[in-house]
Amino acid sequence: MLLARLLEEKLANLYRAGKINGGVFLGKGQEALSASLGMALKKGDIFAPLIRDQAGRLAFGEDILDAVRTYLGSKLGPMRGREGNVHRGLPREGRYAMISHLGAMISAVCGGLMARRFQGQTGVVGATCVGDGCSSTGAFHEALNLAAVEKLPLVLVVANNQFAYSTPNDREFACKNLVDRAIGYGIEGHTVDATELDACLDVVGRAVERAREGRGPQMVVATLLRLAGHGEHDDAAYIPEALKNSPTGRDCLKVAECTLMERGWASAADLEAWREETLQQVEEAVATVQREPAPDPAEETWCALSTQELDDTFRA
Amino acid sequence: MITYLEAIREAQAKALADDPRVYIYGQDVAEFGGAFKATKNLASAFPGRVLNSPISEDAMVGSAVGAAIEGMRPIVEIQYADFSTPGFNQIVNHAATLYWRTQVKCPITIRLPSGGTAGSGPFHSQSMEGVYAQYPGLIILTPATVEDAYSMLLEAVAIDDPVLFCEHKYLYYHLKAEGLPTEALPVGKARIARQGRDATVVAYSAMVHEALAAAEELSADGYEVEVVDLRSIKPLDTDTILASVARTGRLLAVGEAWPWGGVTAEVVARVASEGFELLDVPPRRLNAKNTPIPFHPNLWGTHRPTAPTVARALRDLLRL
Ligand SMILES: Cc1ncc(C[n+]2csc(CCOP(=O)(O)OP(=O)(O)O)c2C)c(N)n1
Repeated sequence: MLLARLLEEKLANLYRAGKINGGVFLGKGQEALSASLGMALKKGDIFAPLIRDQAGRLAFGEDILDAVRTYLGSKLGPMRGREGNVHRGLPREGRYAMISHLGAMISAVCGGLMARRFQGQTGVVGATCVGDGCSSTGAFHEALNLAAVEKLPLVLVVANNQFAYSTPNDREFACKNLVDRAIGYGIEGHTVDATELDACLDVVGRAVERAREGRGPQMVVATLLRLAGHGEHDDAAYIPEALKNSPTGRDCLKVAECTLMERGWASAADLEAWREETLQQVEEAVATVQREPAPDPAEETWCALSTQELDDTFRA
Repeated sequence: MITYLEAIREAQAKALADDPRVYIYGQDVAEFGGAFKATKNLASAFPGRVLNSPISEDAMVGSAVGAAIEGMRPIVEIQYADFSTPGFNQIVNHAATLYWRTQVKCPITIRLPSGGTAGSGPFHSQSMEGVYAQYPGLIILTPATVEDAYSMLLEAVAIDDPVLFCEHKYLYYHLKAEGLPTEALPVGKARIARQGRDATVVAYSAMVHEALAAAEELSADGYEVEVVDLRSIKPLDTDTILASVARTGRLLAVGEAWPWGGVTAEVVARVASEGFELLDVPPRRLNAKNTPIPFHPNLWGTHRPTAPTVARALRDLLRL
């Protein structure tokens, strides 16, 4: 959580300094939920993270350099400058690389799980995380229904952070709680207050276990507030103060730190030391990547096919 | 005798038998055998590998992408090419970009029963190949013969990139061959379906047969028309087209899809830019009319190019 937060704060600073091409999208406020999912998954599982899942990516094994390289456009990164920011992954290691189109990754995870089933692998879980706005897409519905029909071990986490870009929940859906949809799909649904790390670890962890045990798709609907703009270009002036000051608006990282101190598991000095150590890690990663080369158009194949001889424009 | 449709079924049976990574996913494809029976008896012959999908084209293609990431080689049957539009996003934005973005190959075959048959109307008759061809990262096959339906479908499954297999519904039952081929031209090579010296018709899929009939008609008048069957529209075999135009000096490109852009426009553009000096007269295109596809056979028969309209266009081209 802490690493994700500090890494993203650094990326936001770099963005403001004009050092990043394209946008920067923060998972601020969503770290407890996302990290809980990443931690509940095991090696060999499938995870398709979305824009606010820096914490989950790291927890599921992403190298911090992969994130920094993709944001800064290093040619040594997993996407080699062809893709930026959150659009990254190493599918063969179970970390699918999201496309922008919301909802599209859910069915890809379903297909990954179908493949594992064809291959005779059991005990595998596939997970993905989407926002409240994504729940309005046709792709979301198609994929969840498919997962239910096939009884796939899918864990779908819906992070209801109250806004889809600037659009509040009441313009996005009309049901009382998105978790009610689970009944309609014939799958198990769970809710969680995503400002509480404890609760996230518990609810998400159990959902992953239930999927692994063969109880079919699990839907977790988490309540939280996006503590940043949609991207760093957005001041989020549309978020009401009252909501920010409500329990939903709490910062999961601060809540977790308080809990640690209350329980005597860490002192203020420990927290400060962790922060220093983590900041150091972030600074080192950024310094490393800043020395790396950018992609060179002359080195590109300019071919989208793996079977290059079948690209009839390639000879040109 | 074996039909074009049976060839497609046989190719799928062989693909399933030869490679455990292959499975078929689509609406009604299991015990029922598919809307056109292209998967008849395959579910019982290959238990657990021919699965009915919900009516969810987005999720069908999206799941195929995920399965391909995990090493499978899915065949997705879209019931009619027209219904690929709800899956468009997954095809052009996910399947077609996967390799370029991640270096993970995406060997999926999407079967698109394409083209018009009498009485099918605006939503069961479309030819989508030109729309998809605009996007990088896709291979688009348009077999015009029973032999190609078989060999190219097998090749489609073997190719490590996403393939749209545009099989023509009119040809399903109308085309018959003595047997299945044992060898074939590779994908990317066009075929000279009829040799000629006076004009070149470039066509693909069902239009090859309209072009052949038109060529036959003109031969009665002493004109020999060469017919090039593209076989695949992406890749497009520009060399074979140019070589033919070099022999004839005249080009007519015929397609069943709509006239704005598309395959015929691409053929004419390539010949104009790479072989302008080969042309004796301006090249021509013949496509369907620029309206949705009409239901009634009288209207439908006029909407799309047919042997008589191809022959008329050829007479114009030959200044007859
Ligand atoms: C299909 C589609 N339509 C529109 C967009 C543009 N878009 C990107 S993020 C976003 C808001 C997403 O809101 P939500 O799903 O609630 O996730 P959050 O950003 O709140 O985490 C929109 C509209 C998109 N990426 N995909």
